[in-house]
Amino acid sequence: MIPLSWYLILSAALFSIGLFAVLARRHAIAILMGIELMLNAVNVNLLAFWHYWSQVKGAPQVNGMVFAAMIFVLAAAETAVALALIISAYRRHHTVVVDEMSLLKG
Amino acid sequence: MSALQWVFIIASLITVGAAVMMVASHRMMHAALWLAVALLGVAVIFVTLEASFFAVVQLLVYIGAILILIVFAIMLTQRSTEAGSRLNSLAWGAAGVAGVIWTALTYVFIRWVVSGTPMQELGASFDDVVLLGKALVDAEGFAVPFEVASVLLLAALIGAVYIAFERKGEGS
Amino acid sequence: MTAFWQDPITFLRLWLEGLLLSWGVPASWVLVIRFAVGALLLATAALLLVILQLWLERKLIGRIQDRLGPNRVGPWGLLQPIADVLKIFTKEHITPAGADRVPFNLAPVLSVAAALMVWAVIPFSATVMGADLNVGILYLLAVGALGELAIILAGWGSNNKYALLGALRTVAQLISYSVPMTLSALVPVMFSGSLHLNVITQAQEVWFVVLAPVPALIFLTASVAEVGRAPFDLPEAESELVAGYSVEYSGLKFGFFYVAEFLKAFTVSLIFAVLFLGGWRGPGAEAYPVLGFVYLMLKSGAVYLLMILFRGTLPRFRIDQVMDLNWKVFTPLALILLMVIALADYFLRGTFPFVRVLGLLGINGLAYVVLDRLLSSRERLRRRPVAQPVRPVARPENLITSSDAGGQA
Repeated sequence: MIPLSWYLILSAALFSIGLFAVLARRHAIAILMGIELMLNAVNVNLLAFWHYWSQVKGAPQVNGMVFAAMIFVLAAAETAVALALIISAYRRHHTVVVDEMSLLKG
Repeated sequence: MSALQWVFIIASLITVGAAVMMVASHRMMHAALWLAVALLGVAVIFVTLEASFFAVVQLLVYIGAILILIVFAIMLTQRSTEAGSRLNSLAWGAAGVAGVIWTALTYVFIRWVVSGTPMQELGASFDDVVLLGKALVDAEGFAVPFEVASVLLLAALIGAVYIAFERKGEGS
Repeated sequence: MTAFWQDPITFLRLWLEGLLLSWGVPASWVLVIRFAVGALLLATAALLLVILQLWLERKLIGRIQDRLGPNRVGPWGLLQPIADVLKIFTKEHITPAGADRVPFNLAPVLSVAAALMVWAVIPFSATVMGADLNVGILYLLAVGALGELAIILAGWGSNNKYALLGALRTVAQLISYSVPMTLSALVPVMFSGSLHLNVITQAQEVWFVVLAPVPALIFLTASVAEVGRAPFDLPEAESELVAGYSVEYSGLKFGFFYVAEFLKAFTVSLIFAVLFLGGWRGPGAEAYPVLGFVYLMLKSGAVYLLMILFRGTLPRFRIDQVMDLNWKVFTPLALILLMVIALADYFLRGTFPFVRVLGLLGINGLAYVVLDRLLSSRERLRRRPVAQPVRPVARPENLITSSDAGGQA
């Protein structure tokens, strides 16, 4: 069967790609997508450990599942607010490129 | 190798490939499509973990809600998306950081004894949905976080509507 | 081992598994092959069903509209859909200038795939079920999201104003109507205590449509809206949007959307039959699973005929009426009914089944009457008579008239 390490490596890869998107992309929505990818990586990790812990205990455990469910809720809320902010910023500044939103730099 | 392992390998290759294409694609709409592929791949990974509830919720929440919101936002902000480079000046540094993190994590995971444990089948006798549902409304369990999460969603809903609402007479 | 004529599908499945195992194929690969063959057969059967459906719908709509319907190709026009398919195969593929090719070509495929994926979890009889998924209902709702994605892709990829407008409007409608649909689908879940479709079917000693007629009505209407059929066919309102998101598609690609539309219509009738009409349940269905399949098809066929009747007899809504109906009527009603039925069923569950049925029916009737009063009082408020000049009126009984107000003057 599939070893735990495969899931962990996959999740690390997804997390790194998401991190790169957050750090390097200029488009605000692309940054948001990177964050979604990172949250997904975390979820893969959580569910892999949930499965591992359930099989160690011999009965399904609930903590990992609740954590994963909370992350879904969090992701939904975060996306809604972030997209609203992006659209609002686009209305005022006519750009969604984060480098160009530099009003506070003076 | 068993069939399940092949399923995992194919799904994870597709997921990682789609994620890379998402970062690399120039047009935002294509990036959103690649994100959809990556999210579907993650759903398949959840199925191999016997978390079918989360695989379905992944489809429902990420594809059904988040991705469609993102696509709508891309359409609404279309005019400014085509110009300029897609990466900023930090790109090489960011790639370095991400690469180092991945290499280090992978090294740790391969060396770590626990992570070599093969996943056993949990057995079809238990119903994880019932377990999760009971835990979420159990006062001894996770009732408080559950309620807080619902308040968070409501706050996000109202906040998002308030922020994005177009107010008349407040032009740029 | 059951006999072939009792349960042919299980018989064939066991035979195939035995054959593969005797060839020395490992057990996990046998599972993969079994699922692949099953998916292929199911998808083919579903798509072939569409051919029959096309004929039936055109014929019935023809009769409703006082026409004959197709009657040239084959006996009673039965081969007309095949002729149509052949015609559509030979047509040219046109990609509009400036179209985004990948989404444009992906959308029709995804649209059909989303409709077909639903069939994977439907319990066709006591023993035959594609994927034994313990979150069946959630899966049904989730797959609907893929259909929405397909429509957005079509609208975006076409590089056409009307296609984009149609797609946005369709998605707004689909997202809105999935709210009351989900809420009313929770009622069967509550009665049976499971998200598994087969468990829900087995729990229907009394059909849930009897226990919860108003949620069933909401579910039916919302699912008609979900598939975008008349009277909710705003996505393709010709007078406003040309043909909606499929305006730039031609040939086989348009055929895909067309097939997806009909397939979705039958699929939602299938879902309705499973959730509210007892699925495969019926006399003798436990002992002879084949009968269960026949019952399920008869039930969903009846629901489908009802949908054809809707299409033939009701005029199209306006977009504001569609949204009004959803957010001001269906969503609050479904929410209130969910809570009221939960409470009522909690107290009535211990009593005699007959009392339970009567009690739930009474509550549903009460909810319906209250809703009706509220709606009609609102309508009365809105329809204040407004003074307006007398206009000439053409009525059948006074076509020839000289008076402005009409009548035999």
